[in-house]
Amino acid sequence: MEETVRFILRRLGFYLIAFWASITLNFLLPRFMPGDPVSRMFARTQGKMQPEQIDALRKLLGVDDRPLWEQYIDYLHNIVTGNMGISISRFPAPVTEVIAAQIGWTLLLGGTALVIAAVVGNLLGILAAWRRGGAIDSALPPVLIFIGSFPYFWLAMGALYLFGVILGWSPLRHAFTDGLEPAFTWEFIGDVGAHLVLPALTIVLVSIGGWMLGMRNTMIATNSEDYITMAEAKGLRPGRIMFRYAARNAMLPSVTSFGMSLGFVVGGAMLTEVVFAYPGVGYQLLNAVQGLDYPLMQGLFLTITAAVLLANFLVDILYVRLDPRVRSN
Amino acid sequence: MTTAILKQPTEPVEPTAARKPNRSFVHGLITNKKALVGMIVMLVFIALALLAPVLFPGDPSRITAMASLEPSPEHWLGTTAKGQDVLALTVHASRSSLFVGLTVGFASTFIGILVGLASAYFGKFIDEALSLVTNVFLLLPGLPLLVILAAFLPPGLGTVILVLVVTGWAGSARVLRSQALSIRSKDFVAAAVVSGERAGRIMFREILPNMASIVMSTLLACVIYGIGAQAGLEFLGLGDVSTVSWGNNLFWAGNEGALLTGSWWVFVPSGVCIALVAFALALINYAVDEVTNPRLRKIKTPKITERSAAK
Repeated sequence: MEETVRFILRRLGFYLIAFWASITLNFLLPRFMPGDPVSRMFARTQGKMQPEQIDALRKLLGVDDRPLWEQYIDYLHNIVTGNMGISISRFPAPVTEVIAAQIGWTLLLGGTALVIAAVVGNLLGILAAWRRGGAIDSALPPVLIFIGSFPYFWLAMGALYLFGVILGWSPLRHAFTDGLEPAFTWEFIGDVGAHLVLPALTIVLVSIGGWMLGMRNTMIATNSEDYITMAEAKGLRPGRIMFRYAARNAMLPSVTSFGMSLGFVVGGAMLTEVVFAYPGVGYQLLNAVQGLDYPLMQGLFLTITAAVLLANFLVDILYVRLDPRVRSN
Repeated sequence: MTTAILKQPTEPVEPTAARKPNRSFVHGLITNKKALVGMIVMLVFIALALLAPVLFPGDPSRITAMASLEPSPEHWLGTTAKGQDVLALTVHASRSSLFVGLTVGFASTFIGILVGLASAYFGKFIDEALSLVTNVFLLLPGLPLLVILAAFLPPGLGTVILVLVVTGWAGSARVLRSQALSIRSKDFVAAAVVSGERAGRIMFREILPNMASIVMSTLLACVIYGIGAQAGLEFLGLGDVSTVSWGNNLFWAGNEGALLTGSWWVFVPSGVCIALVAFALALINYAVDEVTNPRLRKIKTPKITERSAAK
């Protein structure tokens, strides 16, 4: 028990350091990068900026005359208390408010796609390893690797063109039909679902191959373990050996990749969101970059990072429960 | 090049191995169907990239009056909304895309080798510190980090390469470190340490040659990453918009609404090229895996029995 606590605390410390690093990166980037963001902003808005906007920008970009360490402490304090400044492009909404309105969509899209890809991919991997050289094992991996080699956004655009523009089966943009009031009605949920299918499927399509191959290779290693031979010698049903003996032990690397993939989901869903104009944090991040909205850009980056770190921490806790060896180590 | 690195130390290192591991690795790669297909595709693309100015002389992005033409005998892949020949654009784009991909791949692998070897060799505090930095970079969400960096840095090809290396080196460092660690614990490294060899020599002449195959597959993975991430970055309009590359071609295709007007021929070629290159590299990578990891090799029962019977 004590070992478990120590392990979890060590991981927590690591994630805090990682988060601190990304805050510091965020702080340093605008201050040390060549090319002055403030002048870029001025040039763009042609002097139409309001005093409050300029003030917010100055504060964020450190154009004040205080020493660097003082600004840094101020910055850390602001982040910890959840004050990420004011959005320039959506003035005067605070950055946190803009983000809060959008993170749900990203989690919905990314979460759905990730769960489907992980479950189906792992199942296929188990089956492929169980019947090595069989139909699934020989036909699917090359196809999936080939699909996975296409640039993701390219596949997504192709799917949108085919199913949205030509066939008209799928809505073209956004997470729900314009004018529909968000509410917990069947009509709205159905509409959200219809908008979710195509973006989620494209993510599943490109990521499923990685899951399958990873699981297949671990399963092949596991299948040669003595306890599998033992189970076969005892005359257990193949289904039971496959899932309860082999897959259960081969699962562990997949759990770790699940944590890593969460990073891909929150961050990588960016391209999906851009192609399908899906109103999540990734789409917003690109808008912020194009609108030179530095406070929003930084707030989004920190939020995405925090989400990724948190998800990984949760996976770590789960891992301790699944693999007793971690505890004793 | 790889063979030269492989050759020297493997023989004194593992005297028990009856077959020369080095020759069977190269032989295995050449006779492996996946590797052969992959290498042929890569050679075709490299040849196209080198010959681009000869095949399609002149500036491929010059705007002409022949806008949005369908594929025809004059323009095999049609023209864009700005009247540029799509085939010329695609072939010329292979130069920038392959260059950035290879540069990013080599640079990330190089950093990965340095970090991995230093971690494994020195251990203790240096390992802790380097592993911490590596893990932090692994965990930071890649694409948003790319976007943030690209937004703050002045646009240009150098920025694209720098940003991709910054976000790409950590993965290779982690893989190479764990491999280097297992070699570090071998007896011959201990022998080298005891005999008083310099740290640099042990790292690069004793440990590194023994991880040649994993360095190679890391390099291939990094090149794939470089090409794909460059395309993604440019597609978002965050690359150097003035260069001709596959990602920029797709950015302009999206910008000019190629799909909405039905000009699929503008959109298809660049994506297919990225996919073919990535697929070819992935094939070579899987082949390296199969050749070096006996467990993943195809089971050829009759052949094996024949051979062992002959012995």
